[in-house]
Formats: sequence, C-alpha cells, structure tokens
Amino acid sequence: MEKRLTKQVSVFLENKSGRLAEVCQTLGANSVNIRALCIADTSDFGILRMIVDRPTEAVACLRDAGFSVGETNVLAVQIPDSPGGLGGVLKLLQSRAVNVEYMYAFFTTVEGNAVVVFRVADEQIQLVVDELGANSVPILPSEDVYAL
Amino acid sequence: MIWDPYHECMDVEQRAELQVRRLRETVARLMANVPVYREKFQALNVRPEEIRSIEDLEKLPFTTKDDLRDTYPFGLFAAPLAETVRVHASSGTTGKPTVVGYTAQDVDIWSEVMARSIGCSGGTPHDVLQVAYGYGLFTGGLGLHYGGERMGCTVIPMSSGNSERQLMMMRDLGATILACTPSYALTLADIAEEMGIRAEELSLKSGIFGAEPWSEGSREAVERKLGLSAHDIYGLSEIIGPGVANECEVKGALHVFDDHFIPEIIDPQSGKPVPDGEPGELVFTCITKRALPLIRYRTRDVSTLSRGLCPCGRTHPRMGRITGRTDDMLIIRGVNVFPSQIEHVLLGIEEAEPHYQLVVRREGRLDVLEVQVEVAGALFADTVRRLEEVEKKISDALRSALSVSAKVKLVEPKTIERSMGKAKRVIDLRQESDV
Repeated sequence: MEKRLTKQVSVFLENKSGRLAEVCQTLGANSVNIRALCIADTSDFGILRMIVDRPTEAVACLRDAGFSVGETNVLAVQIPDSPGGLGGVLKLLQSRAVNVEYMYAFFTTVEGNAVVVFRVADEQIQLVVDELGANSVPILPSEDVYAL
Repeated sequence: MIWDPYHECMDVEQRAELQVRRLRETVARLMANVPVYREKFQALNVRPEEIRSIEDLEKLPFTTKDDLRDTYPFGLFAAPLAETVRVHASSGTTGKPTVVGYTAQDVDIWSEVMARSIGCSGGTPHDVLQVAYGYGLFTGGLGLHYGGERMGCTVIPMSSGNSERQLMMMRDLGATILACTPSYALTLADIAEEMGIRAEELSLKSGIFGAEPWSEGSREAVERKLGLSAHDIYGLSEIIGPGVANECEVKGALHVFDDHFIPEIIDPQSGKPVPDGEPGELVFTCITKRALPLIRYRTRDVSTLSRGLCPCGRTHPRMGRITGRTDDMLIIRGVNVFPSQIEHVLLGIEEAEPHYQLVVRREGRLDVLEVQVEVAGALFADTVRRLEEVEKKISDALRSALSVSAKVKLVEPKTIERSMGKAKRVIDLRQESDV
C-alpha cells in the first residue's frame, strides 16, 4: 500500500508576480526536478501542486525559503492513452462513489499509457486501490513516479 | 438657532458654580452607589464635600475603557437597572463590547444636548431632519432622532444604507438637514450625481456630520456637491453619544456643552492638564448623568481647547477638530475597531495563527478593512475549497465581533513584517484628504 502512494508537494502562493518563479528557482537550486504540476487559483491566491523526483528535499528547501508547504498522498494511475481511457477509469471510481478532489496528468507516458494524478479523500484511497486493482488498471509505484 | 440660551450663553463664572455643585453631587452619588469609584476615591483621599472649585477636578481619578471592560456589563452603573430605560454599546478592546446605560433623565439630557447641536448646525423646529446614522446599539441614529424630535423637527428615521431610497426620500420629502457620517454624505453626493439628481432639486441647507474624522477638503466637497452648510458633531457613547460638542456657524471648533460634560486636555503620558490651545488627550467628566456618570473619562482622542466668547453668542469652551488617537483604535465606516478585537477573534479560530496585519484603505468613498492572515500550520490546505472555508469562517467571526465587514486575505508566511519581535499590525493607507 505504502508503495502505491505518491507524495505530492503543494505550495500556497499569493497571486503576485514572481512567486511561481521563486518556487521553481528554489527547487532548481536544490536539484529537485518537477515531473508534473497543476495550479488551482482564485483571484487572491493559488495552490501549486507538484510531483517531483525528491519530495522530501523539495518540502525541506521550500520551507526553508519561507513558503507554506504541505505533503499530500495521491495515486499516479496508468491510463490507456486512447479515446475513452480516462472515462473508463472515472466510471469505475464513480461506481464506488469515490469523489475525485482534483487530478492532473504527467507530461510523459509509461508503457504507452498516460499517467494521471488523482487526489481523493484519504479514507477513500484504499477503496480506489482495490477497485483499480480488481479492474487491472495499474497504479504506478511511487519510486517509479519519482524516476519518471 | 440657540436652543437653550440660558445655559448656552450663561456667564462663565455662573456656569463654573453650577459645574462645581453638579460635580460634588455626582461624586457623592458615585461614592454611595458604585464600589469601584468608592475605592478609587478612597485611594486618593477624595471627599465629595471638599470639592469646592473646578480646579478640584484635577484631584479626581481617571476612568478608562479598561475600567468599563473590567466591570462589564453594568459594574460602573450608578443607577439600578429598574431606573435604566435604555442601553447602547460600542466597541470594546477585546471580545466584549462597552455597554452604556441611560435613565429617563439621561435620555432627556441627551435629547436636550442634541437639540442644542441641531440648533448649532442651523436647525429650527421648521426643519425636516433626515437621520442616516445607523439605528441600534450605535448611538448615532437614536441620538439624532431624539434631538430632532425635541427640537420639533420633522424626523425621517432612515438609518444608514440603501442610498437610492435615501435620495428619493430626501428629494420627495424635502429634507433640509442631513445627519450621517461625512464619508456617507460624500457617497450620497456621488450617487445623487449618478442618478441625475442636482443639488437644486434637494432642499438641504445643513449637514450634521460626525462619528469619524474628516478634513476641511471634504467639508468643501460635501458643501459644494449637496448645496449645504456642513457642521462637525462630536460625541462618544461612554459620555452620552453624539451631542457632547457641535460646531456653530463660526465653524473651525466645536462648542462643548460643559454644563453637562466638563472637558479637559491632558498630557497622555503624565496625566497632567496642558494649557488651553495646546494639543493633548481629551478627557470628559459627566456631571448630570444618572446611569453612567463617568469621572475624567480618557477618550484617547487628541484635540485642543479654547475659551472665550464666540461670535455666535455661546459661552461654552470650544474643542478643535480631532487630530489623532493616543491608542491604535481605527474608525472604519464610523465604527470603532481595536486591533486587539481582531487578535481576540483569530485566537478563537483553531486554524488561524495570531500573525495578522490590518490594512485600511479607501475604495471610492468607503473604508475597506483587510485582515491579512498568514497561511501556516493548520491553516494550510491543498484545495481551494478548504482555504476558502477558513477564509469565510474568519470573516464571519470578524463581522460578528466588529459589527463591520472585513475582507480576509490569506498571505504567505512571514509576509507580515516583524520588527523587534513585535509585528506592525496596522497599515492605514487612508489619506486625510480622502475624506
């Protein structure tokens, strides 16, 4: 189970110019590579969510630089890179009443599959793991995610 | 008009005798009825019978907002609740408001000094008075209302807000006097312009504006836009509410109705009186009130005092425009706000850290209070929904505690400047020329 959980790093950002650049520069200076990211924003603030190759180091260096940082467990799911691929997986989750809080995709494919990051409530993670396993939808182990 | 020529134009020596007699009676009543004052008097060896001249006032102890907080809600009342017919409340420095009370006689005194204030502002029984101060625990609405009725004006009890309706009533009912905060008067002037209502269509001749500081620049603007003569009114609920002092037609300073409220200006550090004309903290002693006659109440407002016959004929001393505060109180849309109140609210919210900063700015005519809260620890969340929930929780709690809405802004940690371990809590970007 633990292996299936990928650590996502999220950062609170005020909507002001240069803040995103500072996050990326801080990570760069500490040799942390960003593998996937998405930003949720309102008119006043944004939340940057990232999958990086070395999450522990990323959290430490961003905290040192004064950012408000959090770690969240997410699942990196391999999804057939073909029409209807994502729809099929979401249907499985829907059938078990799983609420996807947010999701975003990796830039690269693995064995011809797209890799999509899913965030669900912590208490629903096991349910998702079981459901996807039962339907042969692979979840990428975290060590493979960080190595992407 | 001069509403009460006997008291307003009284010989100063004669008034001093009246003041001493009333002061002595008040001190004797407090000694008998209010344990907190009895202790204060005994600690300074004050005996009512030894109060023989107005200079003896200096021997009396001060009263502060903290005294009201420590005795919340009724501990300083000198009359039983059975005789108290009304309460009002204003901001306290922490979670609890400052509660003040009035006997029927106090309401009568208040109506009298408010009628004098309306008279100072050019009012007569023939006037139609539109009261656009808030009605409720705030003293503004009901104070003007009772004064207007005492004067014999036709009172329109509009309360604050709903500007289009205010202007419609003002025009259709021929209001001749408008009473509200100066910033709201300017807002009404702007909206009148947008609605295409010209000053000539209105019947306004006077404005009675108070509850917040304002400048000569805004006096000029509001007079020009609304076609009226603007008068400054001063008061605070602890003393009675509006009607402690008011500008007459000479303007530039406000007559203090000192047969009821004796003013002093003191050095806020030493507590010693300063000579007339020099700035210092304004202090009032109530000498006629029954329910809450405060002795040497420190207003924290900075002003000056001058004496001598005014060309209007009144002999009351005059206080200058309020030029500042000796504490960190803010006035937001006419409502007093203490930074400590905001800290108190944040401490009650588990997600919030006590790192906050207040930014006050003026958008258009309105004061906007922004409370910046650092996102750290328990406040952090990786979804917008949860952060917005916390934002709303804080802003709801602030609104309920402050009686004025505040915009909550989540900011990054360490955004708020910390100097010498003590954060700079208030950034007031309002320019005096704005109002």
